[in-house]
Amino acid sequence: MDKSPKQELNHEELQTVTSSSKSTHGQVVKKLLLIVFGMFGFGFALVPLYDVFCDITGLNGKTNGTAVSYTADGVDTSRTVTVQFITRMAKGIPWQFEPVINEVDVHPGEVKFVNFYAKNESMRDIVGQAVPSVSPGMAAGYFQKIECFCFTQQPLKANEDVEMGLQFYVDVDLPPEITTLTLSYTLYDITGSVDSSS
Amino acid sequence: MTTDTLNDHDSHEGEHHDDHKMTGIKRWLYTTNHKDIGTLYLWFSFIMLLTGGALAMVIRAELFQPGLQIVEPDFFNQLTTVHGLIMVFGAIMPGFVGFANWMIPMMIGAPDMALPRMNNWSFWILPFAFGILLSSFFMESGAPNFGWTFYAPLSTTYSNGSTAFFVFAVHIMGISSIMGAINIVVTIMNMRAPGMTYMKMPLFVWTFFITGYLLIAVMPILAGVVTMVLTDTYFGTSFFNAAGGGDPVMFQHIFWFFGHPEVYIMILPAFGIVSTTIPAFSRKKLFGYSSMVYATASIAFLSFIVWAHHMFTTGMPLFGELFFMYCTMLIAVPTGVKVFNWVATMWRGSLTFETPMLFSIAFVILFTIGGFSGLMLALTPVDFQYHDTYFVVAHFHYVLVTGSLFSMYAGAYYWMPKWTGHMYNKTLASWHFWCSLISVNLLFFPMHFLGLAGMPRRIPDYALQFADFNKWVSIGGFAFGLSQLIFLAVVIKCIRGGEKAPAKPWDGAEGLEWTVASPAPYHTFSTPPKID
Repeated sequence: MDKSPKQELNHEELQTVTSSSKSTHGQVVKKLLLIVFGMFGFGFALVPLYDVFCDITGLNGKTNGTAVSYTADGVDTSRTVTVQFITRMAKGIPWQFEPVINEVDVHPGEVKFVNFYAKNESMRDIVGQAVPSVSPGMAAGYFQKIECFCFTQQPLKANEDVEMGLQFYVDVDLPPEITTLTLSYTLYDITGSVDSSS
Repeated sequence: MTTDTLNDHDSHEGEHHDDHKMTGIKRWLYTTNHKDIGTLYLWFSFIMLLTGGALAMVIRAELFQPGLQIVEPDFFNQLTTVHGLIMVFGAIMPGFVGFANWMIPMMIGAPDMALPRMNNWSFWILPFAFGILLSSFFMESGAPNFGWTFYAPLSTTYSNGSTAFFVFAVHIMGISSIMGAINIVVTIMNMRAPGMTYMKMPLFVWTFFITGYLLIAVMPILAGVVTMVLTDTYFGTSFFNAAGGGDPVMFQHIFWFFGHPEVYIMILPAFGIVSTTIPAFSRKKLFGYSSMVYATASIAFLSFIVWAHHMFTTGMPLFGELFFMYCTMLIAVPTGVKVFNWVATMWRGSLTFETPMLFSIAFVILFTIGGFSGLMLALTPVDFQYHDTYFVVAHFHYVLVTGSLFSMYAGAYYWMPKWTGHMYNKTLASWHFWCSLISVNLLFFPMHFLGLAGMPRRIPDYALQFADFNKWVSIGGFAFGLSQLIFLAVVIKCIRGGEKAPAKPWDGAEGLEWTVASPAPYHTFSTPPKID
């Protein structure tokens, strides 16, 4: 583009007028840009912050993602907690997936073992991933899994079925007002992402 | 603004140079003049208003009677989504930036914006952003259909393929807003005329100063969250994908952490405009200037700690719901300070009711209605009933249309003589005001009742018992849409000619912008004015 000298002149005039403060324009811009980049980073920092926050408060009902060893001291037989199991299939996964028993009564500190049944009803091999969630969310931190199929992926060939185990206990520190826990599993089809990453 | 200003070589005191304006399209493409860029922003935002309005006309036509008549449900979703995006990012935000560009340098006695070339760039990338967004209507996948709030997984797992276009459009809008905001903040900090201390700045300038900071703080968050949506959709990350260990509710937290300050980005400048017009037509000083400044700042601060009131129904713990409920209700305090200050300014003033004043008074009353329905929505227990109903639609249209948009009309009529050098046609302007006022209430007021009765938003069909109210709402909608064409006529007539405006056409007006000629010379305040 051909800039006319007149346009340039016009510009210089403006700058002479503002020259007293000209040196500081750059400094202010730099500071403001720092805020911009800082806030862009903060947006991404919210992701781990959210996880930590939810870990502490149980806000989103996420349970511990790894196996724990049994550490409770004794069983509190004075209390009984009902643990309910529900399952749901995410859109588009052609499996049958349900708990073998729908609910179980446990004393806090007592170890229980329950089974879930899964069957791939389609004609293709599918890798499933069950994602657990506990309601009420406040109880998520007290629900401890010693062993769970949800820690790994569940590959099932066409028409294959399997019984999958869950071994858990409820912490004795569970707040007394909570008498019923619901453990919900949502099953996702992750075949695509497994294929692409391998 | 047009040929009149183009030929206007009357430069002001002490300056003896040409305006160095290029001619034709080049003038507008290469311009670094704050008045030219302000004009571009204002025209762009008005064109976007008509575009978004046209989409709303189709929405209201579909909702004129129950059943599906005109559009498919999926296309209806595209209409509501793009209507929202265009009105928020295309009409309201650039409109206010246009006012800022035109008026801030003149109000603080500066010759131009601090960063004139960046100013040019921040405007000229906007048409491309909206070009990208609107072009998706003509593609196989269609336009974005996940709501302007683009909740995951609607925008990720279940996207119709328009996500990439949407994300890049929002990125460009964001970059434009950030550059515009940096320019405004630097201008206000560095270019004030000698003697213009912070607490002597017009309130208009103050509100843009604070809005600039809000934009700088939250637009990067929006850029971050759309980037996460982009990588979740196309690059296999799992920020919001539960199957991969992410959390879709986290999307809402991050989005509304941007989204709530955004609400105030769209209303604080409106406060600035009516705080200028109401004193002018009441012929009194603004009541409680410093309380206005502090109220604006407190609203800006509070806007960062109320975001989850958009998410009461996501299953937050009781403590969280109470915290966000009380913080939200706290915002009513500084907002109330403002409303009472405007009323106190009018109290025992010598009021006259020129069009800018009519729009300003309508703003105060109707924005307050929107504020009250906002208070109702802030109450957690009742929000469970109101959530995602037409009550919410009524609420945010009262604050954005009769709030932000009406304030811009007030500002446009107030400064139009300064911009064009002519008085607007008063008869047409009155028609514009009264038609808009009546139709906008016919359009949005019944929506409150529809929402309370349980009509959900974003659905192309509804139960039979809502038919009568929806018919009236649609009629109000068409009338309001047509009324805005009167404004277009007023502006075009005013640019072409009309009664010659004096330097200060309003006897009660105050401020440096009225010390220069009408129309404002191409360059103003090349020598800074003295302020005592």
